[in-house]
Amino acid sequence: MAQTTEAAEGLDQAATGAEAAGGPGMPQLDFSTFPNQIFWLVVTLVAIYLVLSRVALPRIGAILAERTGTISNDIAAAEDLKLRTQEAEAAYQQALADARSEANKIAEETRATIQAELDKELATADEQIGAKTAESEKAIAEIRAGAMDAVHEVATDVAREIVTALGGGADDAAIEAAVTERMKGQDR
Amino acid sequence: MGTTDVATETDAHGGEEGGLVFHPLDQFIVEPLFGDGPIHWYTITNVTLWMALAVLCIFGLLVLGTSRRATIPSRLQSVAELAYGFVHKMVEDVTGKEGLKYFPYIFTLFLFIVFANFLGLIPTSFATTSHIAVTAVLALAVFLTVSVLGFVLNGAKFLSLFWVSSAPLALRPILAIIELISYFVRPVSHSIRLGGNIMAGHAVMKVFAGFAAIAAVAPLSVVAITAIYGLEVLVSFIQAYVFTILTCVYLRDALHPHH
Repeated sequence: MAQTTEAAEGLDQAATGAEAAGGPGMPQLDFSTFPNQIFWLVVTLVAIYLVLSRVALPRIGAILAERTGTISNDIAAAEDLKLRTQEAEAAYQQALADARSEANKIAEETRATIQAELDKELATADEQIGAKTAESEKAIAEIRAGAMDAVHEVATDVAREIVTALGGGADDAAIEAAVTERMKGQDR
Repeated sequence: MGTTDVATETDAHGGEEGGLVFHPLDQFIVEPLFGDGPIHWYTITNVTLWMALAVLCIFGLLVLGTSRRATIPSRLQSVAELAYGFVHKMVEDVTGKEGLKYFPYIFTLFLFIVFANFLGLIPTSFATTSHIAVTAVLALAVFLTVSVLGFVLNGAKFLSLFWVSSAPLALRPILAIIELISYFVRPVSHSIRLGGNIMAGHAVMKVFAGFAAIAAVAPLSVVAITAIYGLEVLVSFIQAYVFTILTCVYLRDALHPHH
């Protein structure tokens, strides 16, 4: 250490020019340059500190905070949109279910209406058929009654003729009674 | 050894190698930028120039690089944010939340060292951090700040840093002496680690460059310079990192002196 100091002192004495300092000694131990280096180092550090503390650090801090904010906002927005999607889907499903039940109801009502109309028509038709049948039966009964009378008459006439032809005195009342008697037995 | 001894030794050496010129330390000479006068404390020297360039680079990166304040950063802004995040996280991890108050100071140190180191790697430039005067001031500033801060924040309790209460009672005084010595050695190791690394790397490169004058070993020399330059790039960053993290560690001692 003493030797190097000696060397530095030697350098100091030998006119601290570039050549002298560039001698074999270490320039790091040339103490004559220390005040200069220290002064400029302090100036530099103060300058860097001012640049950092006044401008750079608040700005970068704000940028990072803003980015964090933006990211969390975006994530929240995405979450919100996802919820809304789920709501929309639920609403859609609900609407679908409603529409389906509505359609079922309408179909059911239509079926019931048609059934009612059909029943009414059927009833009417049955009634008409019944009326027609009754009418027809009446007509048939009349026809049958008419036919029975005619047969009765014919039979009476035929019986009278036969009795006359056989030479018997024709008693109308007796013949009548006999025919009626016979026809009763025939009839039923 | 005196100046003349070394000079003759160098001359003899140079003669042996056949006209080889070795001045590996010339790159560290502090000289006036204008003229040739003596160096006063205010003289504008190459130190001034390269420190000013470091300031300009820091300004360019951290102020101009972030001028657009983009949420999606440009490349330069990304680098600025990375540097910010890197040191911010380091301070927070090592010293805790209370240490973040001192983040601007630590970031100043880190940026100055990292830019001075990298600018010093430019060929023919001047590495300001290779000078013990510079690194000693940095280390002493950290040491004094931390010591004063320790006493201001903790009062006499700061001395418990030297009293290892977890050790057996008989050992404590011995440990206290060791702790005390290691505490005062801190600024020395802190400054010489940085200055020595940068100076040694640059000097070695210069020595290899001197060998390049011999045609036979020139290719090897060029390869060696390239390799050492790569190493120096690493060293430049790592030394800045080491200096900064040690600053954080010392600061933590001031904030929480208990072991």
